[in-house]
Amino acid sequence: MSVSAFSALFQTALELGLISSLTVLALFLSYTMLNVCDLSTDGCFTLGATVGAVVALAGHPFLAVPAAMAAGVLSGFVTAFLQTRMGIDSLLSGIIVNTALYSVNIAVMGNSSLLNMNKTDTLFTVMKDLLKNTVFAEQYRVIVALIAVALVILFLSLFLRTRLGLAIRATGNNPDMVRSSSINPVFTTIVGLCISNSFTALSGCLLAQSQRSVNIDIGSGMVTIALASLLIGNAFLGKGRIPVRAAGAVLGAFLFRVVYTIALRFNMPAFMLKFVSSVIVIIAISGPYLKSRIPLMKRRLMHRPEGRENDA
Amino acid sequence: MLKISHISKTFNPGTVNAKLAIDDLSLTVADGDFITIIGANGAGKSTLFNAICGSFITDRGEILLDGEDITLMAEYKRARTIGRLFQDPMRGSAPGMSIEENLALAAGHGGWLSSTSRADKELFRRKLSLLGMGLETRMQQPVGLLSGGQRQALTLMMATINPPKLLLLDEHTAALDPATAEKVLQLTEEIVRDGQLTCLMVTHNMQTALELGNRTVMMDHGKIIFDVSGEERKKLTVADLLEQFKISSGKALDNDRMLLTR
Repeated sequence: MSVSAFSALFQTALELGLISSLTVLALFLSYTMLNVCDLSTDGCFTLGATVGAVVALAGHPFLAVPAAMAAGVLSGFVTAFLQTRMGIDSLLSGIIVNTALYSVNIAVMGNSSLLNMNKTDTLFTVMKDLLKNTVFAEQYRVIVALIAVALVILFLSLFLRTRLGLAIRATGNNPDMVRSSSINPVFTTIVGLCISNSFTALSGCLLAQSQRSVNIDIGSGMVTIALASLLIGNAFLGKGRIPVRAAGAVLGAFLFRVVYTIALRFNMPAFMLKFVSSVIVIIAISGPYLKSRIPLMKRRLMHRPEGRENDA
Repeated sequence: MLKISHISKTFNPGTVNAKLAIDDLSLTVADGDFITIIGANGAGKSTLFNAICGSFITDRGEILLDGEDITLMAEYKRARTIGRLFQDPMRGSAPGMSIEENLALAAGHGGWLSSTSRADKELFRRKLSLLGMGLETRMQQPVGLLSGGQRQALTLMMATINPPKLLLLDEHTAALDPATAEKVLQLTEEIVRDGQLTCLMVTHNMQTALELGNRTVMMDHGKIIFDVSGEERKKLTVADLLEQFKISSGKALDNDRMLLTR
């Protein structure tokens, strides 16, 4: 592989890794902190992409970002409301919202399952024009993604230190204790999911703008891919303070893309992406469990019933 | 002042498992009272605490705390004025968060978006040093690393960092080894005395029930069957208590743990 081809691959992995790391950071908040596995992630990612694309197509590339994030907040609110106020199991409420969002997303795109932004101004084209004739001219996509990721990590690092942030972390850790600190865990769950879904939507919005198109499947499998990235990052930087762990989530997203890009180089078909992400999640979650079973398995294999004769 | 009037609670009403857990119970607790509560398993001691805290809403009756009707108030709102410790030392604190973060949540100073102030951190450190467990030097460590006794002492600190109108201790030393239990009990006594807190404590140790506090209440089948304080209480022995139980409930107090700690 030539150096330039390698650097192009690396740059694609970096860009896609950074954009999808926003979803990973969303799961860092909902899955790691709040202990809720938010299965509406796929739909919410697509929602961010469609809302962002429609607003950008209307000629507002900057407005697209807050619009997408607001849509994400709304989606997160519905998911959280269903599980805290309507007595629906948290996994099920995610799935329900995910299903409903499919229709919503088609509706947002104006009864179509595909939108094209080839001639539309996006954050990326704006940045490209801005960086024209500078040394960073080639890196404009990475720079946009990097700014978004840096802002989200900064926000998370500051937010999770506030009283509300601590309450959200405690909700996932010990809800009893939150209640006895006279904080309503319903409130913290709703706030947490609203914030995490706004990141997911932001992630979708940026991916759509970066690849200049949206289709209805843009978010499918996103929750598993993000979970795989989160768990990879956790293996490297899972301990320590919040900013370190958040950076670990981003690192995980990047490593996931690198591995995937290399696998593609070795002629792995592109459609295998989702299969690979599923396998990674299985290994990362079941690994520690299976490891803890090893002594017991060993014991079973080594066990020779001696001295039984005496009893007989 | 806590005033409980004629509360009742039936679990699983209308089924074969229906259980009248609290039966027309009334209890008035004066400010500064330290009441120890004893009774056999299933007598309704923890259920009474759950009713006071709002873990469930009672079927009948009313509960007033300092004149405020809290009968229907949500659990988390009551927690503002009621502190509670459970038997399980793991229940009162978040294991994945640091000692400082746990205390900051319990203290609840400042607005939603404020972070822990330097003055608060200093306050936490000072309070922790009173425990004499060296926790003040481990503020940044996750609570999950602490021993059961340390965690229960921390929970006690968290429950009383804003002096509650009422402190409920539900056998909070029962899961600890004897030496640690003794230490936590001693801390409890100090904190309740120094803060002049109003406190209810469930215990299975009859000796403790008579030694601590100023009033002892005996429960059976969701009712209070014996209530003693003052001079009369000072003269009581553990044997008297067991005898009293037999008279009031018509059966012997056959509880292994109680017999062992007699």
